[in-house]
Amino acid sequence: MDTESTYSGYSYYSGRSRGSHRHGERSRERSRDRHKARGKDSRSEKSITITTTPAEPLLGDSAARAEQVQDDNWGETTTAVTGTSEHSLSQEDIVRITKDLEDSVGLDCRRYFSLALAVALGLLVFLTPLAFLALPHLLWPEKLQSCGTACEGLFISVAFKLLILLLAVWALFFRPPRAGLPRVFVFRALLAVLVLLFVVSYWLFYGVRILDSQDENYQGIVQYAVSLVDALLFIHYLAIVLLELRQLQPCFSVCVARSTDGETRHYNLGRLSIQRAALAVLERYYCDFPVHNPALLSASKSRAAKHLAGLKVYSVDGPGNNAPPPLTPPAAGLAHSQSRAMIAAAARRRDTSHNELYYEEAEHERRVRKRKSRLVVAVEEAFTHIKRMQEEEQKKAPGDVMDPREAAQAIFPSMARALQKYLRTTRQQHCHSMESIQQHLAFCITYSMAPKAFLECYLTPGPTLQYSRDHWLARQWTLVSEVSVTGGLADGSTFVLRCADFSLVVTTRTIPYIQLSEEYVDPKSHKFVLRLQSETSV
Amino acid sequence: MSFMPGQPLTAVVQRIQIEKLRHGENLILGFSIGGGIDQDPGQNPFSDDKTDKGIYVTRITPRGPADVAGLRMGDKIMQVNGWDMTMVTHDRARKRLTKKNEDVVRLLVTRRSLEEAVKQSMGSYPRQ
Repeated sequence: MDTESTYSGYSYYSGRSRGSHRHGERSRERSRDRHKARGKDSRSEKSITITTTPAEPLLGDSAARAEQVQDDNWGETTTAVTGTSEHSLSQEDIVRITKDLEDSVGLDCRRYFSLALAVALGLLVFLTPLAFLALPHLLWPEKLQSCGTACEGLFISVAFKLLILLLAVWALFFRPPRAGLPRVFVFRALLAVLVLLFVVSYWLFYGVRILDSQDENYQGIVQYAVSLVDALLFIHYLAIVLLELRQLQPCFSVCVARSTDGETRHYNLGRLSIQRAALAVLERYYCDFPVHNPALLSASKSRAAKHLAGLKVYSVDGPGNNAPPPLTPPAAGLAHSQSRAMIAAAARRRDTSHNELYYEEAEHERRVRKRKSRLVVAVEEAFTHIKRMQEEEQKKAPGDVMDPREAAQAIFPSMARALQKYLRTTRQQHCHSMESIQQHLAFCITYSMAPKAFLECYLTPGPTLQYSRDHWLARQWTLVSEVSVTGGLADGSTFVLRCADFSLVVTTRTIPYIQLSEEYVDPKSHKFVLRLQSETSV
Repeated sequence: MSFMPGQPLTAVVQRIQIEKLRHGENLILGFSIGGGIDQDPGQNPFSDDKTDKGIYVTRITPRGPADVAGLRMGDKIMQVNGWDMTMVTHDRARKRLTKKNEDVVRLLVTRRSLEEAVKQSMGSYPRQ
């Protein structure tokens, strides 16, 4: 039963998430500093050549390599990273950590409580038929009629049906929970209540009619137990239909849009409650959406800031109007007219920012393509130095043999610089640490992949799941909805899934009802004539 | 020129006699025909009734024999030398017009202005 907590997405990783979350936060902050340093570096590269030995690690994203990397003009370009800043926590961090603590403790309690309830219910359900069969033998063995062949046949049927029920319950319910949802999973709760009522009513009947009266007809009692197990199997069938089958047929098309960069995908969902639909959307988000890269959004923000800073409104009409527009109704007209004046002035102003954007984008495109071509050439050349060793050569030269990891480390330096420059230009350098790049290179070498295959994951941003856990960047999601989250999806329903950096806006549309009609076409009715329009001169 | 298949057709016709001109080895008449029962009547720009599959004159060579004889563009050819042209294929119409052993073709053609002229002239006299 998912009567679980409010916020965390992957609950049983919560312990690890706390530690890695802080580490990720710190390394991200430091990489941002270094990114700023390197940004200035690239602009000054045209005048200063920086020579670094190839063996030096150039992508210093992990904490261990932080102090080793230094550019030649680090004195002018690096922002200072002092010893204290590594261990200081901002106010935000503290709030987040305490919230994590609270959530994880509350979460564990509620999860164990629901787990305990489920286990108790399961035990009750399984032991009831056995109790029905065993109690007469324990309480009034001498009065009991002996069990004939038909009755013993029923024992076998009870045993096998209980075994099937056990396997079916294991298959359906004993799976690790995928997520913690904010509200109770309605169908599961209903089913649990149904099963409980059912078993209680059977016990009542048994208690009143059989235990009290000490019925001697044992075959009747066994048949009663068999009917209980049959009914339990039917309830399990109901559970399959409600929990699994009902939402398989797609009848809604949801459109999921990321708020920061507008990435949109469309999915088909069946009849689900809003919270389960949100869960389905989030799982598909991790698999389909390219990873969220905040470094790509800074340009549009700076443009927006420039628009706002362009105009200021002064009113020269009188002393009473100099106050900043308050929200009282008499001054609302003034605020309205001020904003309208601003919009009109902005429209009339000769704005050249579109020009700048165009040329900037063209320049960036050109730069990216140049770096990409250099990278491709460097990688192809690096891959030519490695050859898979054949069996017969093994006897000839046993000295220079390397395993994939060493081979990767051997050819990595020749392509490291080109790769680092490319990642910097496309602002992806915080997504890939040097360790991960070398691992990927060793992987590609092991499976004899071509250089293009190695480069593919750096040239196009992959789905969020492919990156390291630090860069999932959002493990706690909040579901914001105007209607109750246990209500079903409907046409036009909208909800928002918010995480710390961005939000996903989800809108729903029903797939329309389709009326198909039939028209029979006789195969012999396909006949054709020529349509000519010739003109002959005579 | 309304026409109902199977019913006798009444039309006001003009007799036109064209003398073929010898042009090299061929005898030419100086006009082009279109239409026929194997053609698409809907594309005929000259007919009133778009189901009319008759033979129509689609082009006249200026100062050719047909022009000199008084044939006009848009005329429907009803007979050629006594042979019917209202229910023929396009190819048969062409063959009837281009027989090598004939020097002269006598056509019966009809056009809308003929009907109107007759109606006008009939209408100006009181009925007798």
